[in-house]
Amino acid sequence: MAPEHTGVLIVGAGPAGLAAALELKRLGVTDIIVVDREEEAGGTPRLCHHTGFGLQDLRWPYSGPGYARRYVRQAGTAGIEIYTSTTITGWQGPTTLTYTSPRGTGQLSARAVLLATGCRERPRSARLVPGSRPQGVFTTGSLQRFVYQHRLPVGRRAVIVGAELVSLSALMTLAHARVSVAAMVTELPRHQIYFPYLPVKWVMADLLRRTPIVAGARISLIVGHTRVEGVEIRRLDSGRVETIACDTVVFTGDWIPEHELARLGGLALDAGTRGPRSDPDFRTSAPGVFAAGNLLRGAETADICALEGRNAARHIRDFLNDGLWLERALPLRVEGPIAWIFPNIVSPSAGRPILSHFTFRVREFCRDVQVRVYQGAKVLHAQSFRRLLPNDSMRLAADWVDVADLAGEALQVVLHRAGSSCSIG
Amino acid sequence: MQIMYDVAVIGAGAVGAAVARELSRYDLSCVLVEAGPDVGGGTSRANTAIWHTGYDANPGSLETKLLRRSHALLEEFMPQAGVPFERLGGLLVAWTEDQRLALPALLEKAHQNGDTDARLASAEELYQREPHLIPGALGALFVPGESILCTFTLPLALATQAVLNGVNLQLDFPVREILPGRDGTYLLQGPAGRLGCRYLVNAAGLYSDEIDRLLGHRDFTVRPRRGELIVFDKFARSLVNHILMPVPTAITKGVLISPTVYGNVMLGPTAEDLPDKTETSTSETGLGLLWQKGMAIMPALMREEVTAAYAGLRPATEHSDYQIRLYRKQHYVCAGGIRSTGVSGCMGIAEYVVELLGDAGLELSLKAEFKPVRMPYIGEAGIRPYQSAEMIAANPDYGRIVCHCERVSLGEILDAAHAMIPARTLDGLRRRTRVLQGRCQGFHCHAEVVALLARETGQPASGLMMLGAEDGA
Repeated sequence: MAPEHTGVLIVGAGPAGLAAALELKRLGVTDIIVVDREEEAGGTPRLCHHTGFGLQDLRWPYSGPGYARRYVRQAGTAGIEIYTSTTITGWQGPTTLTYTSPRGTGQLSARAVLLATGCRERPRSARLVPGSRPQGVFTTGSLQRFVYQHRLPVGRRAVIVGAELVSLSALMTLAHARVSVAAMVTELPRHQIYFPYLPVKWVMADLLRRTPIVAGARISLIVGHTRVEGVEIRRLDSGRVETIACDTVVFTGDWIPEHELARLGGLALDAGTRGPRSDPDFRTSAPGVFAAGNLLRGAETADICALEGRNAARHIRDFLNDGLWLERALPLRVEGPIAWIFPNIVSPSAGRPILSHFTFRVREFCRDVQVRVYQGAKVLHAQSFRRLLPNDSMRLAADWVDVADLAGEALQVVLHRAGSSCSIG
Repeated sequence: MQIMYDVAVIGAGAVGAAVARELSRYDLSCVLVEAGPDVGGGTSRANTAIWHTGYDANPGSLETKLLRRSHALLEEFMPQAGVPFERLGGLLVAWTEDQRLALPALLEKAHQNGDTDARLASAEELYQREPHLIPGALGALFVPGESILCTFTLPLALATQAVLNGVNLQLDFPVREILPGRDGTYLLQGPAGRLGCRYLVNAAGLYSDEIDRLLGHRDFTVRPRRGELIVFDKFARSLVNHILMPVPTAITKGVLISPTVYGNVMLGPTAEDLPDKTETSTSETGLGLLWQKGMAIMPALMREEVTAAYAGLRPATEHSDYQIRLYRKQHYVCAGGIRSTGVSGCMGIAEYVVELLGDAGLELSLKAEFKPVRMPYIGEAGIRPYQSAEMIAANPDYGRIVCHCERVSLGEILDAAHAMIPARTLDGLRRRTRVLQGRCQGFHCHAEVVALLARETGQPASGLMMLGAEDGA
């Protein structure tokens, strides 16, 4: 079958994909197709019934569904074609993809492709939590669909695994479904719930105060024959094991990009983010293929994804005009407590990262540290931080990019604790 | 007054389903009785899914004989019935000099068992075939016939064909008591009723010793042996080309690495004797041991995401061979102690069991027609509905994907909910379609699948989620 041709093919109709489509349209690119495997466009915000969406991109707090609706409506008004219930199944060429939909199977060929496939939480099995396999084990994502999308019963008493921003979504969803929360369990020494803005803090303060947080502990066993009957948690310091009775367990966070399509296409993945390697212009290792949103590094808030999509659109437009791709790419590698950094490629032709900073995350709480960027033995940048928080995005300045030798060695991003013997050379 | 069947088969695992199917060729009234809510929901479901040639069985044993016969029968049945399988070949890898020296004897045994294709392979050939194995292997025994199959579809295909040909399937019928009826017949007492039969087959797997006791025999005791397994994401599939086995010990065939017919890679099983026949939990120790083994054989595999971890119980006994016996006067055949090769041996066992029933006087006259069965295809080696333009054109629901990880369409879910042996539980639906079996483990489709199955089968969602009635629907 002959492929259907278009200018830009966008995979994923969430905040990143739709924001990119709208911006492309505004920049005068007319032939755009957005595909989404879901029946309805809008992406993950559709399932998050709390407020706080859209602060940075729309400058107004929306609820998740309201935010998604707004983007879908705008796309409709702009005349952007969205194919829903359309699953991209693989690659037929560098920028030609195969799909399956109720209309049949086929191919979509484009001059540029934007992957905006989002991310998911790693389930219980991927975390190798032993025990039986009863009903009642969820992720925040599956829980939200149970409660808000399908209005199905969940359970009566839950344990939440994780204590970060998304765990708060799980907490609110459980409260909505009238499920009590026996505990929030985190392996880190304290919770990592940092409110993105003040009103949420006020709303959540009471709910959070009523929720016992067990820090420094790991879920070590799930018990129950047909339905969850309890979990065992183990204190990381003492090894002491205790049992919490519950009929529901919600695994939150521990994001992994939905990188399957990227991997099938042979795109280079970054070891830290596990998303496609990409430069500040959202260019991946495959010419003509861009990536934006949570596919790049796991969950950021929807507004960040939308800003990325909007930004990527400009670079896609440039690519449609000049056909230039990155010739030389200098990867940024991370070490130790730094989990990942994004963008993770620096290239001669690229501009500065979005909002003029790199984003990175650490695995543990750090105090009085310095993050340095090395090229070989040379320190290109050193930035001190009074504190770094895990499960939250930290910012690293980007002005050092100009002094990097783009024909030189790979760049290393290293964390130094105070009192370390290293000095800036 | 209960119905009197000619034959009752207790246990609808691979063996029981195969026996029922074999009986359905004949002009008999038969019932297949299962304690659980579905066919193939016990040991048949949770194992390594290897289709053994029997190359390493004890020469001259009943197991060897029936495995050989079963192999030929499965070779014919599986393609016809649409049961996924892949002929990958097995490599028994020697890591030490002692193990390498043990290979010729294993080859000799394979030849004795009729596996004439088996041969030794050099370390060079081994690494050519399996470049991702950690360096250090000294050689291998290559068994081209070792294959993998779909342990979900096989029992369902056998039972479906049995039902198509007139066998009555009784689910949720744990046999609590076996009472003597009139003229040497049996009355099987379940929790909510009883049924009668003239001849009885015990294929109760883990519980075959208990059924045997109800008939007055104490020839064997099932000692459940737990096997824990880890399943890796589909991106691991390209790392492994064959079934990779260690050199076996007296107790176990050891931990192997094998592709699955769903395009994943499996690592396992452990072997641990347990007193409890329901203990199918994974353990920290078991998973830790597998991790260690995996790291020692193929570190590249361990960098891939884990899709699932599960445990199954093999019905091992104090004997090394199958415990298949005819009690002529009792009109009873025990097919128990099928310790670890039940799936591979099921069709050979079935033929043999029916032969024994004939010996005991069961009149076996072939029916005019034996209806064939065709199952929905859920393997990776053939065409799945989402890939078929024709199927989608005929029914757009085959193009409407519900489970994105495994690419299961709405059409397949509806088919499974309304099949001859319909899916009534989430696990039953999973085994029929692969739904919820993928890398996200339901992040995307769990709720939708529950809602669909509840709607299609008329059950409350709370029941499917195993919540008490007071939790509402």
